[in-house]
Amino acid sequence: MNLISANRISLIVILFLNLIHTSSAKEIRVCNDCQPSTLSQAIAMSEDGDMIILQSGYYKEHDIVVDKQVSIIGEGNPVIDVGLKGNGISIIKPNVLVKGLTIKNIDVNYLSELSGIKIDYAENCVIEDNILDLTFFGIYISGSKNCKVRGNTITGVAKTESSSGNGIHLWKCSEIQVDNNRISGHRDGIYLEFVSSSSISENYSTQNLRYGLHFMFSDGNNYTSNTFDKNGAGVAVMYSKNIVMKGNTFQNNWGDASYGILLKELYDGVMENNVFFKNTIGIYLEGSNRIEMINNDFIENGWAMNILGNSEDNKIIGNNFVNNTFDISSNSSRNYNLYSGNYWDKYKGYDINRDGVGDVPYRPVSLFSLVLEKSPESIVMLRSIIVDLLDAMEKIVPSIIPETLIDEQPRITKSEHDKHKQPS
Amino acid sequence: MSLKILKYVFFDLMRSRFVLTYIGILAFISFGVSYFSNDEMKTVLTLLNIVLFIIPLVSLIFGSIHFYDSGEFTEFLLTQPVSRSSVFRAEYLGLSLALSLAVVAGLLPAVIIDRLSVGNVYLLGISVILTFVFTGLAYLASSMNIEKVRGIGLSIVIWLFMAVIFDIIVILLIYLFRDYPLEKFIIILTSLNPIDLGRILLLLKTDVSALMGFTGASFKNFFGSSIGMLLSIAALFLWVLIPYLLAIRIFRRKNF
Repeated sequence: MNLISANRISLIVILFLNLIHTSSAKEIRVCNDCQPSTLSQAIAMSEDGDMIILQSGYYKEHDIVVDKQVSIIGEGNPVIDVGLKGNGISIIKPNVLVKGLTIKNIDVNYLSELSGIKIDYAENCVIEDNILDLTFFGIYISGSKNCKVRGNTITGVAKTESSSGNGIHLWKCSEIQVDNNRISGHRDGIYLEFVSSSSISENYSTQNLRYGLHFMFSDGNNYTSNTFDKNGAGVAVMYSKNIVMKGNTFQNNWGDASYGILLKELYDGVMENNVFFKNTIGIYLEGSNRIEMINNDFIENGWAMNILGNSEDNKIIGNNFVNNTFDISSNSSRNYNLYSGNYWDKYKGYDINRDGVGDVPYRPVSLFSLVLEKSPESIVMLRSIIVDLLDAMEKIVPSIIPETLIDEQPRITKSEHDKHKQPS
Repeated sequence: MSLKILKYVFFDLMRSRFVLTYIGILAFISFGVSYFSNDEMKTVLTLLNIVLFIIPLVSLIFGSIHFYDSGEFTEFLLTQPVSRSSVFRAEYLGLSLALSLAVVAGLLPAVIIDRLSVGNVYLLGISVILTFVFTGLAYLASSMNIEKVRGIGLSIVIWLFMAVIFDIIVILLIYLFRDYPLEKFIIILTSLNPIDLGRILLLLKTDVSALMGFTGASFKNFFGSSIGMLLSIAALFLWVLIPYLLAIRIFRRKNF
């Protein structure tokens, strides 16, 4: 931790020095009918620390390689049209800033990851307030450290999963901040692989073909206040440790194979104050252990949670379960997870001493969801009178539902969590 | 002549206290449900549960009661120069139409509040078909028994079987044979019960169908395709036709 903050301070110092440096250094202005008239020319004549101002206009350029430590700033929304010919800007030096550009028309390529902005092994980069339109990959960062990706709008027109790339793609990075971006129309909105100590916050990822957010082998990252809306299969996160997810909204992932979030082999995470609204399955937990799910809202999902038998020692505490077709479903007849202090709208118990905690324990697995887990074909009986009857019977005389899958202290009223965006 | 009897039966029923109460209760429920829910699909689903429960029950029991209550009137008609089948047809159609109209009128508040949607139209269509099916079954059960109590009893048994026991059997079969590919078998099985058929047809029109997942895909492919749709509607019409034809056969040979 100390190391990181020391790093941060050194970064700030570097940036600050940089600023002083640039103010004394050259400022190169680029416009359609002045010299230099292209960004590539400007970079060629610049030196480390210069500032290149791209004035409003239309630049037909591709494969612009930033091999100097410069700041590239767009003035009046200049457009760089790559014209389906290659990458947009590729950055191979540290301390580069790219701000206020519009980059568009990146072609689909099956051999290389053509992208709007590509960053290779460069530290301390800042990619800010850009618009990337019709991209294959939007922003592609590999092997880099300490970069900020802020306020970008990335739009693609992905048609099939195999012929599309990711909006923001991070590979083998650390200490990256991805804030306030808006991503749509790609394969995965935000994709992370081998990324650590990074934070992903306040992004809006929608209508991507596969996942709104997808990460693997990425330990120790924070995901805060993001919204993942109407993505093909929701969000999938795998093979990672020490993940913190707070205040995110997972919504409208509604389809045959959609999840609010799918967790596979995730260890030691915290999921707090998230909202799961209108997903086929809110949380799907497979082989994930020691995850604390606290104060989340599950509203109008098909299944609020589907916890497979290989997930253990998870804590499900203080959540609200409202209007879900099924609350909890599991393929196991035993339970190794803790359920406590949740609000279940299907709870029919009473609270005599009025301490807000129901006096009768609640069993969140219904008989029908258990039958369904064993023989999925019985879904044709959904909403049949008999299903309600069976569930009611099992509630009165429990005999099949796992004895230990029980909330001993169900809340009588919905818990009001700190801050909650009203799902729209 | 048949038309004259039909008209009489129909208007007589529409004025009856029972049908008016039926309209009132349905209207109250459908108004309440759609007024307090903000999602029209949810309204349709809630109403579906109610419709699948109430319509078969009311059609069967009121159908039987009406058959026996109008026994004297029927006997009187049969002394006139009209054929037995035209009397039966008129009575059956009169009752089914009256109950169908009652159901449509009862569900009207929901349609008005939520506007006309695919779900609503399906709900109305299924309600009307189920009314015809179960009125037919009621007439079959009643014409098979001279005694009122046995006729009504049989109607209740039919309802219990269709609404509850049949589904238990289906679930049991699915559960017991879960290791085998069951999709086709289930499709055939469900078409043996008009209530299930109606329920599945409507469910597939709502977004609940997403819950069916991969297993449901084959059902969706079948019931969602135009052929499957035609077949299941044909099955429902058979459910109207067969009890009616059987009942008319028995009625024609019946001793009064």
